[in-house]
Amino acid sequence: MNLQLFYHFGNYILWLGQIFKKPENHGMYYKETIRQMYDIGIGSLPIVFLISIFIGAVTAVQFYYQMAGTLIPPYYIGYIVRDMTIIELAPTITCLVLAGKVGSNMAAELGGMRQKEHIDAMEIMGVNTSAYLVLPKIIASLLMVPILVCAAALIGILGSYIASVPVGLFTSAEFIKGVRSFCALQCIYDVGQSSHLRIYPHKCFMLSGLFCKRGKYRVGRGQHKSSSV
Amino acid sequence: MIRAENIFKNFGDQVVLNGIDFLFEAGKTNLVIGKSGSGKTVLLKILVGLFKPTSGSVWYDDIDLVTANKTSLRKLRMQVGMLFQGNALFDSMTIEENIRFPLDMFTHMTLKEKTDQVNFCLERVSLSGVNKKFPSEISGGMQKRVGIARAIVLNPKYLFCDEPNSGLDPQTSITIDELISDITKDNNITTIINTHDMNSVMEIGENICLLEKGKLAWKGSKDEVLQDKNEVLHDFIFASPFLQKLIENSK
Ligand SMILES: Nc1ncnc2c1ncn2[C@@H]1O[C@H](COP(=O)(O)OP(=O)(O)O)[C@@H](O)[C@H]1O
Ligand SMILES: [Mg+2]
Repeated sequence: MNLQLFYHFGNYILWLGQIFKKPENHGMYYKETIRQMYDIGIGSLPIVFLISIFIGAVTAVQFYYQMAGTLIPPYYIGYIVRDMTIIELAPTITCLVLAGKVGSNMAAELGGMRQKEHIDAMEIMGVNTSAYLVLPKIIASLLMVPILVCAAALIGILGSYIASVPVGLFTSAEFIKGVRSFCALQCIYDVGQSSHLRIYPHKCFMLSGLFCKRGKYRVGRGQHKSSSV
Repeated sequence: MIRAENIFKNFGDQVVLNGIDFLFEAGKTNLVIGKSGSGKTVLLKILVGLFKPTSGSVWYDDIDLVTANKTSLRKLRMQVGMLFQGNALFDSMTIEENIRFPLDMFTHMTLKEKTDQVNFCLERVSLSGVNKKFPSEISGGMQKRVGIARAIVLNPKYLFCDEPNSGLDPQTSITIDELISDITKDNNITTIINTHDMNSVMEIGENICLLEKGKLAWKGSKDEVLQDKNEVLHDFIFASPFLQKLIENSK
C-alpha cells in the first residue's frame, strides 16, 4: 500500500520530466495552446457568468437585510460585495466549477484518445505525447483561469448592482462609493490565488486521463477519479 | 530488417507470448497469422515498442529497441509507420490534416510542399478529392487507405499493419493487400502485417509466421502453405466449412 504511493509519486515525477522537454515543433504547440485557451476561456464563460451574477446578487440583497436598522451606512454594502467576490467567492467558486467542468472534460478527452488508440498513433509517429497533449493545456489554463476569475469578480459586482439599485435598496452613487472605498489591492492577490489553486488539480486530471487504460469502463472511471480529486 | 529474439510477454499470470524468434525481412511482406487472441497484436505492439517485452530483444537493423533510450526511440519512430486495427484517425481533423500531421510536427516544409506530399500520398492509395472530408464521412475501406497514406507520408523504412482488412469485403481487402504489397516493393520497406484472412495469406504471404497460444507454430511462404503437413497450420487454413466441403467433394 505505502510502496504503491511511492511508485505513483515516482511515476509522476518522471512524467513531469517528459512534459517539460523541448517541443518538437513550436508552431504545433502554439496552435494547440490557442485552441485550448479558446476551449477553456470561451467555453467556460457562460457557466462562470451565470454563477457569478447570482453570487453577487445574493450577497448584496442578503447583506442589505442583515444590516437594515443598524447604524452601518448603506454604501458599506458595495464595499462588502467587492471584497467578498474578489477575495473569496470569485476565485473559489470559479475554480471549483472549472475544476469540475474543464478538468473532467480534459480527462474524458485524453481517455477517449487513449481508447481510440490516438495516443498510440502519435507515440509511433515519434510525438512526445506527454508534452504535446498536456503542456498546452497547462499553459492555457494558467493563462485563462485568472482571466475568468477576474471576469467572475466583475460580473459578480455587476450582479449585485442589478439586484439592489433598480429595486431601490440604496442609490447608485452609494453603491459605487462603496465599491471604490478603501484599498483595492486585493485584485492582485486574487489573480495569484486563482492560478495557484488551479494548476495542481489540473495536472491530476490529466494524469488520470492519460494513463487510464483502454476500455469504456476505464474511461468512465478515469473521469470519475479526476472529478473527485 | 527487424529481428525478434526470444520474446516473452506476460500480463500478470497470463503468458501471452512464449519465446518468439523470427526474422522479418526487408522488401518483403511479412505476415503474422493466427487465431483471434493468439497474441498477434501484442507481438506487433512489442515490435513497435508500445509494450515492453518481459524478456527478449527486438533488433531494428543494428539498434535494440528494448534497451534504447527515449530520445533514440523517438528518432527511430520517425522511420516507422503504423496502420492500427481501428485506424486511429484523429476525428476532429480533416483527411488532409490527418495525413499532414506528421509533416507539421517533424518537418520544416512550406504549406505548399506539405500539401503536394499529402496529395501524392493520397494518389498513391488511389484516393483523391476527399481532402476536406472528415474521417466519419468516408467508408471503412477509404479510412484504411487514409491510415496507410498517413503511415507512409514520412517515407518510413518500417511499416506495420494490424489487421488491415478486418471488416472489409473480399474485393476491397485484396486491393488493400495489393496496395501494401506494392508500397513495400517500391520503397524496399520492411512490412509486417497481422492478419487472420486466408485470402491475404495466399495473395501476399512471402514470409509467414503462425502464432498459436503464444508460440511460433510454423514459418514459411505462401507456396509452402498448402504442401505442409503441419497440424496447427492445417487446422488454421481449413477451418472454414466451405473449404472442408470442397475437399471432401474433390476426394
Ligand atoms: N493490455 C493488455 N493487458 C492484459 N492482457 C492483454 C492486453 N492486451 C492483450 N492481452 C491479452 O493477450 C492475449 C492476446 O491478445 P491479442 O494480441 O490482442 O490477440 P490477437 O491475436 O487477436 O490480436 C489476449 O488473451 C488478451 O487477453
Ligand atoms: Mg488483434
